[in-house]
Amino acid sequence: MIKVIVLRAAGSNCDVETKYAFDKVGAHADLIHINRLLSGDVKLADYQILAIPGGFTYGDDVSAGKILANQIKFQLAEALQAFHNSGKLVLGICNGFQVLVKAGLLPQVDLARDQDVTLTFNDSGKFEDRWVFLKVNESPCVFTKECKKIVYFPVAHAEGKFVPRNLQVLQQLKDNNQMVFQYTTENGHAPVYPHNPNGSVENIAGICDPSGRVLGLMPHPERHIDPTNHPQWTRLGLADEGDGVSIFRNAVHFFK
Amino acid sequence: MITRIECANKPDFYDAEAHGVKAGAIDLGMQNIEKVYFSRTTYLEGEICHDDKVAIAEKLLADLVTQEYAIDEHLQHTEGDAWSVEITFNRGVTDMVAETTLKGIHDLGITGVRAAKTARQYVIIGALTNGEKEYITQKLLMNKVNEHVVQQNEHIFADMMDDFFELVHVPIRHAGADELQHISKRRDLYLNLTEMLAIQAHFQTLGREPTDVELEMLAQTWSEHCSHKSLTGLVEYNGEIIDNPLKQTIFRVTQELNKPWCLSVFKDNAGVISFDNDYAVCFKVETHNHPSAMEPYGGANTGIGGVIRDPLGTGLGAKPVINTDVFCFGPVDLSHEDVPKGVLHPKRVMQGVVAGVRDYGNRMGIPTSNGALFFDERYLGNPLVFCGNVGILPRNKIEKTVVPGDYILVVGGRTGRDGIHGATASSGELHTESEETWSGAVQIGNPIVEKKLVDTLMQARDRGLYRAITDCGAGGLSSAVGELAEQTGAEVNLEKVPLKYHGLTYMEIWISEAQERMVIFVPPEKLDEALKVFSDEDVEATVIGKTTNDKKIRLKYNGQIVGELDMHFLHNGLPRITRQAVWQPPIIEESVFDRLNDPGTTLHKILASPNVCSKEWVIRQYDHEVQAGSVLKPLVGINNDGPGDASITRPRLDSHKAVILSNGFNPLYGLIDPYWMAASAIDEALRNIIAVGGTLQETALLDNFCWGNLDKPDRFGGLLRAAQACYDMAKVFETPFISGKDSLNNEYQREDGDSIAIPPTLLISALSVMPDARKAISTDLKKPGNLLYIAGVTKNEMGGSHFFKVTGQKSANVPTVDPVVAKKIFEAVAHATSAGLVRSCHDCSEGGLATAIAEMAFAGGHGAVISLKNVPGSGELKRDDFILFSESNSRFIMEIEPEHTQAFEEIMHTIPCAALGKVTNDGLLAIIGRTDTVLIKETIDDLKESWQKPLRW
Repeated sequence: MIKVIVLRAAGSNCDVETKYAFDKVGAHADLIHINRLLSGDVKLADYQILAIPGGFTYGDDVSAGKILANQIKFQLAEALQAFHNSGKLVLGICNGFQVLVKAGLLPQVDLARDQDVTLTFNDSGKFEDRWVFLKVNESPCVFTKECKKIVYFPVAHAEGKFVPRNLQVLQQLKDNNQMVFQYTTENGHAPVYPHNPNGSVENIAGICDPSGRVLGLMPHPERHIDPTNHPQWTRLGLADEGDGVSIFRNAVHFFK
Repeated sequence: MITRIECANKPDFYDAEAHGVKAGAIDLGMQNIEKVYFSRTTYLEGEICHDDKVAIAEKLLADLVTQEYAIDEHLQHTEGDAWSVEITFNRGVTDMVAETTLKGIHDLGITGVRAAKTARQYVIIGALTNGEKEYITQKLLMNKVNEHVVQQNEHIFADMMDDFFELVHVPIRHAGADELQHISKRRDLYLNLTEMLAIQAHFQTLGREPTDVELEMLAQTWSEHCSHKSLTGLVEYNGEIIDNPLKQTIFRVTQELNKPWCLSVFKDNAGVISFDNDYAVCFKVETHNHPSAMEPYGGANTGIGGVIRDPLGTGLGAKPVINTDVFCFGPVDLSHEDVPKGVLHPKRVMQGVVAGVRDYGNRMGIPTSNGALFFDERYLGNPLVFCGNVGILPRNKIEKTVVPGDYILVVGGRTGRDGIHGATASSGELHTESEETWSGAVQIGNPIVEKKLVDTLMQARDRGLYRAITDCGAGGLSSAVGELAEQTGAEVNLEKVPLKYHGLTYMEIWISEAQERMVIFVPPEKLDEALKVFSDEDVEATVIGKTTNDKKIRLKYNGQIVGELDMHFLHNGLPRITRQAVWQPPIIEESVFDRLNDPGTTLHKILASPNVCSKEWVIRQYDHEVQAGSVLKPLVGINNDGPGDASITRPRLDSHKAVILSNGFNPLYGLIDPYWMAASAIDEALRNIIAVGGTLQETALLDNFCWGNLDKPDRFGGLLRAAQACYDMAKVFETPFISGKDSLNNEYQREDGDSIAIPPTLLISALSVMPDARKAISTDLKKPGNLLYIAGVTKNEMGGSHFFKVTGQKSANVPTVDPVVAKKIFEAVAHATSAGLVRSCHDCSEGGLATAIAEMAFAGGHGAVISLKNVPGSGELKRDDFILFSESNSRFIMEIEPEHTQAFEEIMHTIPCAALGKVTNDGLLAIIGRTDTVLIKETIDDLKESWQKPLRW
């Protein structure tokens, strides 16, 4: 059984549905509070997948995900590096993505490095919940190995605008095929607001590290697991499964 | 030493906050503003070396990808006339970011920082007069209720007061009537003479004077807010004395219906009904009107925070799963000159309220999936903010047990002077200086503290670590412990209560309404395990006392008794007063006017009217899908932006079972006749349940009365009529009330002394358990060629209609409800939807039939052509414009595929129902009159634009 640690902290709030998504594809997910990792009560090494779910950890006070990111960066760096080095997977959704970029787990796993990219306030200046189409690019990402070309997930955030530190960083993301998800339209055309819901540079919605084993994205695949999650299922009929399922299934299949 | 660190976006990086301030200032008429810079400042107190300051700035406070920072100096913006203003919270107001910053600094391994405080700085470039600067500051940038402008020599970290103790007795035993009333007024007890005399008599029997905390506790327990003494008292109406009008109507119908699926009603913090074999759901709606009028953000913030704690304090604790909100504001397009003194502009109130609910609900991870907005000038001085929460709990955790000898714990947030009404006045002699800094602060909630509370309480509940739980709401610990321990008694050591700061008196500790606190009763053998559950996740839990067996509430401060009240007197000593009620229908002259020539224009006007138009601006700011159980979202249709009738949510992801939430209210009807307002609200809430595929089975109602001052007989008379309608309707529909709440005294005193009451407002919320969410139906038209039907009778009921509102006409013909007919219609529609025959369904409400079909069309992106010829009731009505816009109740428009029309018509043959027309692919809404003339021909795009434009902020 593939074991998943869904990491909780004060203010995590998509933990239950993230566990539900992993359990649904045959993994066994545990909801673990960060204090139990810090105290050594629970060992990261006992798991194959680390998922940092959405939410407002520590209220997103200071900036989104910052406090949890610093806890990981300064107190769990070694465990995280070892976890990654041993070929295991890390997934950060929404607040989890914000944590990954601020902790130094994306765009590459180097916790000692200064931040290369960030997720900052939406151009609209407010929190928005809406469904978006995502282009799934060719990438080393293991979470999208078998996946539709365009997927449909909701975003729900105030700080989701992806910004690289400079053009070189952006170029590197392109060169390494790290731009896993880009906002698009239903037909795959270049998006403007609200299809790009936050003003992200290059319409970037999610990136992976060069190994493809660390993925972060702002949209919520765990909110499109059951067919009734789709906002238009009463028009289109019920699908066999939601678009989000493949993300979790690919992660579990990676270990088979 | 104080360190100031300022962080701001780099000059070339877009700043949405600064941009918003600029837009807001221009909105206020300040055309001269060229640019706004925004920065967040953090003040730190302590001995901090330079390297540590840099580390705090770079590793914690600033995002170096997009931001720059300055330590102990200001970031420089050199161009033009720069005016800078910095705003911070008043002392004692929750500064969440400061608290988190301290944690972040600690996590960096930096010691020596003793305190933190945050502020916001705006640098505004442009030629502004001092008057304009003050105007912007007060109207846009801050709220003086809990914020102030940082002054040059201000002590950001003022010294805290010391603890002190002085036992205060209040001599009342020998006081005359005048003196008693004076005591009540001076201490803001809001007790009338009869009540004060009852207290006097009690203490005369005891042979001693009460202490201040005893008086305060009685005042709180006997307050309208806690005891609902008006609605449960005696009232003389039409020559009859009604004993407890609430019991005679709302409670009575629930008792008479006696539904087995009602598991706990009108006795706990929320009403509980059965969900499935293992789980129950509970629902509570509260108001937070006055705080929201003063400080919209904090008021609404603590409003939603407070109501979430109701399900959390129901039974042994329910997990909160859905939020609802309904707001009533003054007109948002009111000119600033027309806003009375001391009143905030309705747009600002609305923005603040929405942000307050958003920031709390989203952070708690609870979807806000149902709500409504209503605008009327009479809400200008007294907006209404209803917040609701649905929770889910195991069926075997519905009952509390209170036994002597258990530990009393306060869990969650700390106690401060928050929300102590009159506390400052009553202890004024000692605190004259602090009064200004502390008093009146509407608190800002801390949702993360509450989220941690939910997370840990659920673990403690499932491990059986406590026997009883309740929330600290109005009345604070006083109400919480007083009510929970009513049958046993309790002894509380007030010095044990964890405080936010020093200097609180024992009385303030006992009655503080600080947020995010729950009280639990823990058996001695479980104490250690319980304390560990909380400390493991950094939640404060403190033993403050024990339950006893002497049926007294005994308060101690460092061992000394400061209060001791008999539970029986506390809860049953309130003398009942007989109030007067009278109701007379208003005199309304019926408008006489010719039939409309151009109803299309009227349709556009109705769609664009504030109560009908799209609320997408609000809805999108709420996370309405967290927890992943959303089945029918508040916005539906081909572009996910059409109006839905009700929300459907699966609270358990492993089940197809769902709950439907809806609401009904229409204050415009209340101004004509509160009876039919209540009946219409119930009909509306229920038909919304039916419209999305629900049934009346296992559907429960909540009542929230927001009324004026019931000491005025006309106000009370209207309320009695509304309550009677609640009984009459619920009885026939077989939909019991399971919980409710009233908010009275919603009146606003103008400068000229006139008192303006809000329109009588009854919000009905409905909760329905849906066996299979996959049967859900949405309002949007699905497919050209499908047929359209209308069920229900359209009548000449134009009173309070939006047609008459937008055209300035008047009528007393308020929509009525025949519950027997309505029930048949509801059951027939439910039968058709459950048989899978209905592709879309929408009820007719504000704006009537024409508005409903327009909404269905543009939501679905399809046109429609309909004829009014066969609309049931059209024969008697005789006027096309009335048929188009009448707001008669109990009506639905349904879309049926051609192959299902026969089966559909067979189901419908027992009720008034007729074919209307069909769905088209030409993008036009065409409505043909009774005499085959084209009444309306509008593109759905234009109609949608009218509907979306008003609140596209």
